[in-house]
Amino acid sequence: MLNPIQVLCSDITSLSLEPEPFASYTEADIISTVEFNHTGELLATGDKGGRVVIFQREPESHEPEFDYLKSLEIEEKINKIRWLPQQNASHFLLSTNDKTVKLWKVSERDKRPEGYNLKDEEGRMKNLSTVTSLQVPVLKPMDLMVEVSPRRVFANAHTYHVNSISVNSDHETYMSADDLRINLWHLGITNRSFNIVDIKPVNMEDLTEVITAAEFHPHHCNLLVYSSSKGTLRLCDMREAALCDKHSKLFEEPEDPSNRSFFSEIISSVSDVKFSHSGRYLLTRDYLTAKVWDLNMENKPLEIYQVHDYLRSKLCSLYENDCIFDKFECAWNGSDSVIMTGAYNNFFRMFDRNTNRDVTLEASRESSKPRAVLKPRRVCQGGKRRKDDISVDSLDFTKKILHTAWHPTENIIAIAATNNLYIFQDKLNQEMHG
Amino acid sequence: MFPKGTKRKFSDSREEPVAGGEDVNQSNLAAVRMLSSYSLQRQSLLDMSLIKLQLCHMLVEPNLCRSVLIANTVRQIQEEMTQDGTWQIMTQALSAANAAAQCSADRLVATEVLCRQTEAAQGEQVPKPFPVVGSEGCPAEEVAAAEVGMTMSTVSPQAPTSYLPGTFGMDPCWEEETGEDDDDDDDEEEDSEECGSGSEGEERERDSLVEDTRTAEQVFGTFEIKNPAPSPDPALEELFSDVDASYYDLDTVLTGMQSVPKMGPYDLLESLSSHGPSPLSSSTSCRSDLNELDHIMEIIVGS
Repeated sequence: MLNPIQVLCSDITSLSLEPEPFASYTEADIISTVEFNHTGELLATGDKGGRVVIFQREPESHEPEFDYLKSLEIEEKINKIRWLPQQNASHFLLSTNDKTVKLWKVSERDKRPEGYNLKDEEGRMKNLSTVTSLQVPVLKPMDLMVEVSPRRVFANAHTYHVNSISVNSDHETYMSADDLRINLWHLGITNRSFNIVDIKPVNMEDLTEVITAAEFHPHHCNLLVYSSSKGTLRLCDMREAALCDKHSKLFEEPEDPSNRSFFSEIISSVSDVKFSHSGRYLLTRDYLTAKVWDLNMENKPLEIYQVHDYLRSKLCSLYENDCIFDKFECAWNGSDSVIMTGAYNNFFRMFDRNTNRDVTLEASRESSKPRAVLKPRRVCQGGKRRKDDISVDSLDFTKKILHTAWHPTENIIAIAATNNLYIFQDKLNQEMHG
Repeated sequence: MFPKGTKRKFSDSREEPVAGGEDVNQSNLAAVRMLSSYSLQRQSLLDMSLIKLQLCHMLVEPNLCRSVLIANTVRQIQEEMTQDGTWQIMTQALSAANAAAQCSADRLVATEVLCRQTEAAQGEQVPKPFPVVGSEGCPAEEVAAAEVGMTMSTVSPQAPTSYLPGTFGMDPCWEEETGEDDDDDDDEEEDSEECGSGSEGEERERDSLVEDTRTAEQVFGTFEIKNPAPSPDPALEELFSDVDASYYDLDTVLTGMQSVPKMGPYDLLESLSSHGPSPLSSSTSCRSDLNELDHIMEIIVGS
């Protein structure tokens, strides 16, 4: 039974949805990754300042109260966090910045040994002449303390910026991917890694494609997928060859000639790829759409969801202000029936694959009082405009939801909106089904 | 937009046949307007992309994916412009501007190389993907000058003026260059004289294009994480480090460019990057190259 810990930290905006005066934030406070652990008990966020914050679910509560548990400082911005499956009382997570991956142990301590023979309560060496008898140290209860300690540092394996890490289902290995290479590591070995994918051309002037994301299959420890800036997905089998430059399967949608423009390639670049929990499907996100692919069908996606097609006529402006290069992530719910991804104006979208219904919601202080129900939002492109609709030209492109996470078993989602973290729960359907 | 009597190369091929005299003019005009609007947009996109590539090292977070995507966009535009014939016209105009501009003997060498490349390309009658103009015909000293220009532009606030889309592409002077396949130097001289008012802008445009080589190299050459601590003034430091390498590779660069049929936009990359294979030339050429370094330093100090 774990009690929540309150630790003061001035830069972290409060997780709870209590109304607070709007705090100004710096670049360093921007959340760059959000991840639930495998049980959903812990939620980790990383920011651009190199701080990892771990929240713990309040047990015994029906509301998803996550309380601040611990924070730790790592140099440079955190690009990704991945939890390891829990094997003992401690939790382990991998974090990565641009070039180095680190393994951290999160452990809780609620007892401490007392009654040492050689040192006193403060840890100072005792004067041996005062020791008259021997005692056995005993464990006494203490205030719960959460300790986070670095266990491994996996360095010097990446020349380019690491964009993905993924723990293998064998629980022994993991991969790290940068723009041009993917390396395989053993969790216990830091001075060696195996290069399994290398798309760097002999002449850099021939470089036209980079790796954008990579992930291991949830069940088959030999399979991995990586996405590229040209909109392709490659499934690789590590059993086939040591170097997986040749893919087992190539997933690519043929280009629509009617929609061709100078921006076609840019908007086809895949910003995130996620296996479904079942391992049967892939979810990808490119600039305007989210796509579900069947692993058995390479020539086109199974489903295509328009996230914000109203931006299609604005691509030139979005290219000018660089928004077209924003990398949105995507997420499955626990039963793979709903997919979620972020958009602009602090909007995020959810698509129900079974009913084909979708919803647009907003994560913001103004629209989210605690316990309030989120109101569906709508973007209008001209024509009939309803009361609370927002027009495309009024969208705030600085408010982008790039990182979202879905609880592994419950309908609880974590949304990172710049420097704020929101947690929402589906009150009607608390458990997964469908 | 177009002076009367001007031979409109693009619109000729795209005009629809119409009956009726007045209708001919109007539909011609409409077609031309549509075409020029598209060309303008395309040119503006090209300019924007080149600026982005150039400034990519100034981003808070260097992003290789973004740079590759922008570079691919430039390449696509360039390919289309080559097929249209626009690209050749542009490079001819620039080389004409080069020839007419007051410049040192070294710059004339650069021009000559540029023209030779252009001729070779035209002679083959195949629309080859032209590289970004500056990198194709530009020997190392031009690159160095470009680097200087680049550094200057990153320091001075006047940089954006060299990228005014309006000065590029739809200048009537270039339209008057009829795109004749014979590279008659006299014609070019004549045209550049006629474009006297625009030549300054064109020269600035030439410089801005030439600067792209620097950009390309920086795009791919500096994405490798070399050391943990960023240098205090990366632009200046890289300027001087690359100037050295480029001088040693002067011969290689020139030779390489004349022999390689297909030019990528970043063909100077390997030779200029400290990571690429770069054979050193003899000490005598190094000495003359060092004189060039002085020349470049004069430019830096002088301006």
